[in-house]
Amino acid sequence: MKPARPAPPKKRDWSWRSQALRSVLYQVLALALVFSAGYYLLGNTLENMRLRGIKSGFDFITQPAGFGIGESIIPFDSAESYGKAFAVGLSNTLRVAVVGIVLATLLGTLIGIGRLSRNVLLRSLCGAYVEFFRNVPLLLQLFIWYFILTETLPTIEEALRPLPGVFFSKNGLQFPIPVWSDSHVFTLAGFGLGLLGAWLWGRQTRQHFEATGRSRPVWLPGLLLIIGMGLLGWLAGGSPAALDIPEKSELNVVGGGSVTPEYMTVLVGLTIYTAAYIAEIVRGGIQAVPFGQHEASAALGLSRGKEVRLVLLPQALRVIIPPVTSQFLNLTKNSSLAVAVGYPDLVSISTTSLNQTGRAIECIALIMACYLTLSLLTSWFMNAYNRRSLLKER
Amino acid sequence: MPQQPYVFQTVASRPPPRPVGGLLPWIQRNLLDGWTNVLITLLLIALLALAVPPIVQWGVLNAVFGPDNAACRAAAAATNTGACWGVVAEKYRLIFFGRYPYEQQWRPMVACALMIGAIAASCYRPFWRGWLIGLWALVLGAFFILMMGGRFGLVPVETSRWGGFPLTVMLSTVSLLIAFPLAILVALGRQSKMAGIRTICVLYVELIRGVPLISVLFMASFMLPLFMPQGSTIDVLVRVLIGMTLFTAAYLAEVVRGGLQALPKGQIEAAQSLGLGYWQTTFKVVLPQALRLVVPATMNTFIGAFKDTSLVTIVSLYDLTGALQLALGDADWRKFFFEGQLFVAAIYFVFCYAMSRYSLWIERHLNTGTRRQ
Repeated sequence: MKPARPAPPKKRDWSWRSQALRSVLYQVLALALVFSAGYYLLGNTLENMRLRGIKSGFDFITQPAGFGIGESIIPFDSAESYGKAFAVGLSNTLRVAVVGIVLATLLGTLIGIGRLSRNVLLRSLCGAYVEFFRNVPLLLQLFIWYFILTETLPTIEEALRPLPGVFFSKNGLQFPIPVWSDSHVFTLAGFGLGLLGAWLWGRQTRQHFEATGRSRPVWLPGLLLIIGMGLLGWLAGGSPAALDIPEKSELNVVGGGSVTPEYMTVLVGLTIYTAAYIAEIVRGGIQAVPFGQHEASAALGLSRGKEVRLVLLPQALRVIIPPVTSQFLNLTKNSSLAVAVGYPDLVSISTTSLNQTGRAIECIALIMACYLTLSLLTSWFMNAYNRRSLLKER
Repeated sequence: MPQQPYVFQTVASRPPPRPVGGLLPWIQRNLLDGWTNVLITLLLIALLALAVPPIVQWGVLNAVFGPDNAACRAAAAATNTGACWGVVAEKYRLIFFGRYPYEQQWRPMVACALMIGAIAASCYRPFWRGWLIGLWALVLGAFFILMMGGRFGLVPVETSRWGGFPLTVMLSTVSLLIAFPLAILVALGRQSKMAGIRTICVLYVELIRGVPLISVLFMASFMLPLFMPQGSTIDVLVRVLIGMTLFTAAYLAEVVRGGLQALPKGQIEAAQSLGLGYWQTTFKVVLPQALRLVVPATMNTFIGAFKDTSLVTIVSLYDLTGALQLALGDADWRKFFFEGQLFVAAIYFVFCYAMSRYSLWIERHLNTGTRRQ
């Protein structure tokens, strides 16, 4: 065996025409340009702030905010600090974004599948939905939904009552919620055990399949296990059934859970708008699976359900997940439009604080930092999921 | 054994295939194919029968079309309520041109017509020549002279009074015209081998894409004045334009990068072996192919940018959406908010839909060289 030839000596050519020198030169130039522009702008800003007597720094975070917040899941009082107000705003943003993502995914998937239906009526209705909601600005849609939810609904005295204990009116939606009692711990424990059991059953099924080649049902027993264990836990806890049912008082509806029309506007608007985009992605993903895959699975004798679950979906999801992730991010970022209808989200609270304290840079930096963190977290989570559904290659 | 002779026998002819053309087979195939399909059809027909007549009744039969406030109120109060399109008839000047001086409103109209003419000309492929750049320079110059005035005997109009449709068209067109070249540079920078330049581009794109447009607009309107040297001011319109351009460029840069990544490496190697330099390779080989690959995504970004101009309402500029809010400040017509909103939604829809159709057409048209058959 011949010894491997030694690597050729690295030639470093630093002549004026060499790529190496030029590359260093360009980079130094670009960085110098960026830094000097930044230095210039920073200098101007500091000078302007000194002249206008604007104070800077994040010390306002601990000072009392002095404004109330219309709705929040964390109780908030105007004597509490700006920092707490920001946290309330962030929680409101998350509250609308998380629910919106779930609903938009469900609706978008249904409509995307509907667009591929053989039924021409369903197909064209779904197509009209997508075209209409994608081609009108979200802000305008939010204005329209806000008008519908605050002006066309009846007043609270004549609230719509689709179910007993549910009030739907200009003042939002009021509904019964279970009262928390300590014995609900058993219910939660039951659900936890059910989840664990379902996971174990799933693993066991997979091992059984790999050992014998026989498959057993996974989803139905798993679901039954989770619900059954939850129910057992509930019974073991003495079946606490106390509900906080909203009641009509003279002027208002008190008690129970409630959501404001602003929250509903933002939620409905974001869900419907984003669902149109998700529908297109789902349709594209399903159509991206070659027809030969269907023929192949039919030739193997797979049932339609198995074909969808084992052949179609794994391939379609690979195409669908990355763009859907960016739609989730878009939805989260678009929730900032809530400021237009007066829902106290992060941006709305930041602008209020900005107007009160005059700390423009700090407030905008806080908004950007929060959204950047949310974006990075979502994309990290979805990337992790995406890695699992990637093509498994040798 | 001798071979048997073949014996030909006539077989009874098969029945003709079922007709696939015509109305009835079409209905059967599309609406009544299997019991789930029948069920869906029946459900949807019932839904349409419930929804369509009241909408037609409200929107057309009982509607008031003239700018007659009393008739509108009567129609809204009646048991069979009707729409009041009169709000559009009454306020269309305010919706289209915002607070622009009333007697000068022919100017934004001509300016808009010029701009839309230039856009239409740029959509037509035989016009994709060098003179198109000259045309755009002329049209933009004419647009700003017409809108600002102060020259050729036109009365000066300050930018704070611009509004409505001209503002929407101007913001989207100008920001896209600047954002597109910037996006190409950033995308090239992100693909570059030079770590310093790559880092700058990645930071820019990821920072902007991570935050909502509204915060960029807030930054433009609150912080840009602080950035300026002492004593100089910057017009609010320019500030918003800078914000929108930076935002759109980041998204476009990602689209262009997608095209660059999809291009086979052999193309670049072939260009290099022909002795082309970096810029020659980029402009003569890489970009023409890469940009063609991402036509649909680019058009989607354009449509998004057009829709996003509506957000300038939040930093108190009166574009189409904002001008509508202005028009509905009138207490007499405030009640007919919904009709006004639908009208503006229809304007946005027409433009966005036209753009998406054009995107489909141009995609097919540009791929004629590479398509099979």
